[in-house]
Amino acid sequence: MAAFRFTVDGKPVSVNAEPDMPLLYALRGDLGMNNPHFGCGLAQCGACTVHLDGEPTRSCVMPVSAAAGRKVTTIKGLGTPEKPHPLQAAYVAEQVPQCGYCINGWIMTAAALLKKNPGATDAELREGLAGLKCRCGTHVSILRAIKRAQQSLA
Amino acid sequence: MDRRQFLQASGALVVCAFSPVSFSAEKGLPVPTDLDSWIAVLPDGRVQAFFGKMDMGQSLEVAIAQIVADELDVACGKVDVLMGDSATSCNQGGASGSFGVSHGAKPLRNAAAEARRLLVERASQELGVPVSDLKVVDGVISGGGKETTYAKLIGGRRFGQQVGWNKQVGNFMDIKVQAKPKAPTEYKVVGQPFERRDVAWKVFGTKDFVTDVRIKDMLHARVVRPPRAACKVRGVDQSSIKSIRGARVVREGDFVAVIAPREWDAVRAAQNLKVDWHWVEAPFPEMAALHEHIKAAKVLKRAEAAKKGDVAAAFVQPGVRIVEAEYHWPFQSHASMGPACAVADVKKDGCTVWTGSQKPHYTRDGVAALLGLPADNVRAIWVPGPGSYGRNDAGDAAMDAAFLSKKLGKPVRVQGMRADGTAWDPKGPAAVHRARAAIDSSGRVVAYEFVSKGFSRQHIATNEADPADSLVGQGTGVPPKPTQLYGHPEESYAFDNKLLAWETVPQLVDSCSPLRTAHLRDPVGPDIHFGSEQFIDELAAALGEDPVAFRLKYLSNPRHQAVVRAAAEKAAWQPRTGPAKTGKGQGIAFAERNGTSVAAIADVEVDRQSGRIWARRVCVAHDCGLIINPQGLRYTIEGNVLHGISRTLYEQVRFDRDSVTSVDWASYPIVEIQDAPEAIEITLINRPEVAPSGAGEPSIRVIPAAVANAFFDATGVRLRRAPLDPESVKLALR
Repeated sequence: MAAFRFTVDGKPVSVNAEPDMPLLYALRGDLGMNNPHFGCGLAQCGACTVHLDGEPTRSCVMPVSAAAGRKVTTIKGLGTPEKPHPLQAAYVAEQVPQCGYCINGWIMTAAALLKKNPGATDAELREGLAGLKCRCGTHVSILRAIKRAQQSLA
Repeated sequence: MDRRQFLQASGALVVCAFSPVSFSAEKGLPVPTDLDSWIAVLPDGRVQAFFGKMDMGQSLEVAIAQIVADELDVACGKVDVLMGDSATSCNQGGASGSFGVSHGAKPLRNAAAEARRLLVERASQELGVPVSDLKVVDGVISGGGKETTYAKLIGGRRFGQQVGWNKQVGNFMDIKVQAKPKAPTEYKVVGQPFERRDVAWKVFGTKDFVTDVRIKDMLHARVVRPPRAACKVRGVDQSSIKSIRGARVVREGDFVAVIAPREWDAVRAAQNLKVDWHWVEAPFPEMAALHEHIKAAKVLKRAEAAKKGDVAAAFVQPGVRIVEAEYHWPFQSHASMGPACAVADVKKDGCTVWTGSQKPHYTRDGVAALLGLPADNVRAIWVPGPGSYGRNDAGDAAMDAAFLSKKLGKPVRVQGMRADGTAWDPKGPAAVHRARAAIDSSGRVVAYEFVSKGFSRQHIATNEADPADSLVGQGTGVPPKPTQLYGHPEESYAFDNKLLAWETVPQLVDSCSPLRTAHLRDPVGPDIHFGSEQFIDELAAALGEDPVAFRLKYLSNPRHQAVVRAAAEKAAWQPRTGPAKTGKGQGIAFAERNGTSVAAIADVEVDRQSGRIWARRVCVAHDCGLIINPQGLRYTIEGNVLHGISRTLYEQVRFDRDSVTSVDWASYPIVEIQDAPEAIEITLINRPEVAPSGAGEPSIRVIPAAVANAFFDATGVRLRRAPLDPESVKLALR
């Protein structure tokens, strides 16, 4: 057990845990957050995705020790109903999520992708989002929403 | 404020004809014969509708609000739909059979109409204006220069009105009222594209999933499922987890779980626990021989679901030509987005369980039976879970949590690991579908036979109301009681002699089987129509006829013909009498489901090198009668198309002789965004004069055959075994 300090959505936090405990359990258990979600624990689905210093990271396999001294951003830190990230606004406009459990993966990954490549083509978007899972089959509206967000960012 | 709090808090408001609220004094449980069990007007004029089903993201919630708003003449935004709490809603069967609107909305519509009637009559008395001179606009009743409001008349108080009840519990529950609901021509809110209420919170992460429910002093549990299919527990080595803080083992019979105060410790304890398992050798056939096993297996039950004419005689008429084919469908997993989770808090004489199960009233009944409590002492509260399209692992999680909470005397949260949601969820059944037809010398189909033989689709029931249908029940010694049930194609092909039948075969493992079956979205619909709608194309090909024209020639129901025509028009279908074999192809499939007609045309591209099939464009024509919310309907159809593509091209539960080996997304691949269509074009046929039928499932059943027929058009090769994965494609095109 050791103390690990980092920030979550701009707030400094400290978590006392085994170094190899995944960051996800620190966020959900120790810090009582409801996002991100446990989907597979194997970095195969994306439901647990957060940004670590701006990079999309699967928190279900990232040891909490690796977050020490770094900035963690969750979907709540990305935007709020009052100040939504363009992707969140587009997701609402396009009524994207069905069960909604997968949403962290798609939005957090797409947010980082658009930051690097705001004009990403359809093929680049599909490639950049490879590996993320959605079980309700909202893929087509996910692409619609990202393209809508691209327009608002342009 | 929930209903109970609201009703209790508002008990002091005693005015006029409507009696004061005394909900708690009546034990607080809703009964179908009480109008107040269905609808309430709050002091601020907002309306609450108490719905015994729930919405997992397919727009049902807002559809119910639209229906209630129309009957009551209030703005849709003023109607809140409270869903899936056994303490505030009657058992309408939970999410089931795409019945949410077609059946689930009926008592809500009737209740809203009755509420409006009572309120307008009351207003008439108070204002001294005849009912016929009163109108209602957004909850304001006016006429003769006077006005009042629903809020003034009843806000916070009970109607106290008894209503008739059809004595049905579950999907078909309905009430009889004096009021006459409006005619579809009077609808203003129904038919409009209102937005869903569950989108924003999911996008901003501002409300809870069932995985987020936290109770004071709650312990975290992980159930330790056996490493093989047919295992007994000989012993558990408690010392194997003694180094983990607060971790403990709970075992009863062959049910083993670990608990710990911290979730990560429970996860580690489950990973580290040493269990001495005893197993039966090789209860499963070789996976490659699964369908041979089914064909050779003894028939437990046979049902001839549709029979017309003398099929046997027609097949042996002199001069007829026989066309036949056999199609194979694998076991499939729900593999929901996350493994199921539930929290249970068992007290001395009652239990509350928070569950993602889509049938929480039955969860209540199952938990009560498991714990030996009266059902009224159990409250099951549905909280949105990681998706569900049928009976996935959610029911087991709820039963596990209740069992463990009782054992430990503390609230317990159970969540599965990935394998619990993939390897150990109830499965969609594998089957062999055999089709045969006789064609006479004039080219007319004179006999048609379609027989499905496979595992029953109900080794466990559609809900967890009986512990015999749960893993914890079976693991602690409750004998399973499987039902033998399959299904048959739904169409109106007017072949002179026709037989549609099914046969079930014995389960491979009787108790606690990872291959036990329960309903998976459109139970056996995609499976059957993968065969039956490919076979229609095979008949057309045998006759040198165009697949669309051939269907139109034999379909006898005008609504069936209409969706086929609409899909063909949208897809710019060009008549063809044989496969294009250009690597690009187009295929159609049609089916009905409980009154909903749907046709799909898939445009696919086949990469011979990689074996990849890309359904680049899918056109769907859909007729479910009256449309409540066209926007929600479109998204629901899109979801069906993707789920259908996934099940057609990628999904099959893998197993070896001893265990299910599909344990995660690598061993149970599903559709990825690279393979999502470029376009899904949907034609909605609205029939306001026809009562709405379902939309949650029908459009998935046409996708497998549409894709397989398009593959044939692209390559000239038939793929009769699902999934049409790259390996199968490469093998077939070699």
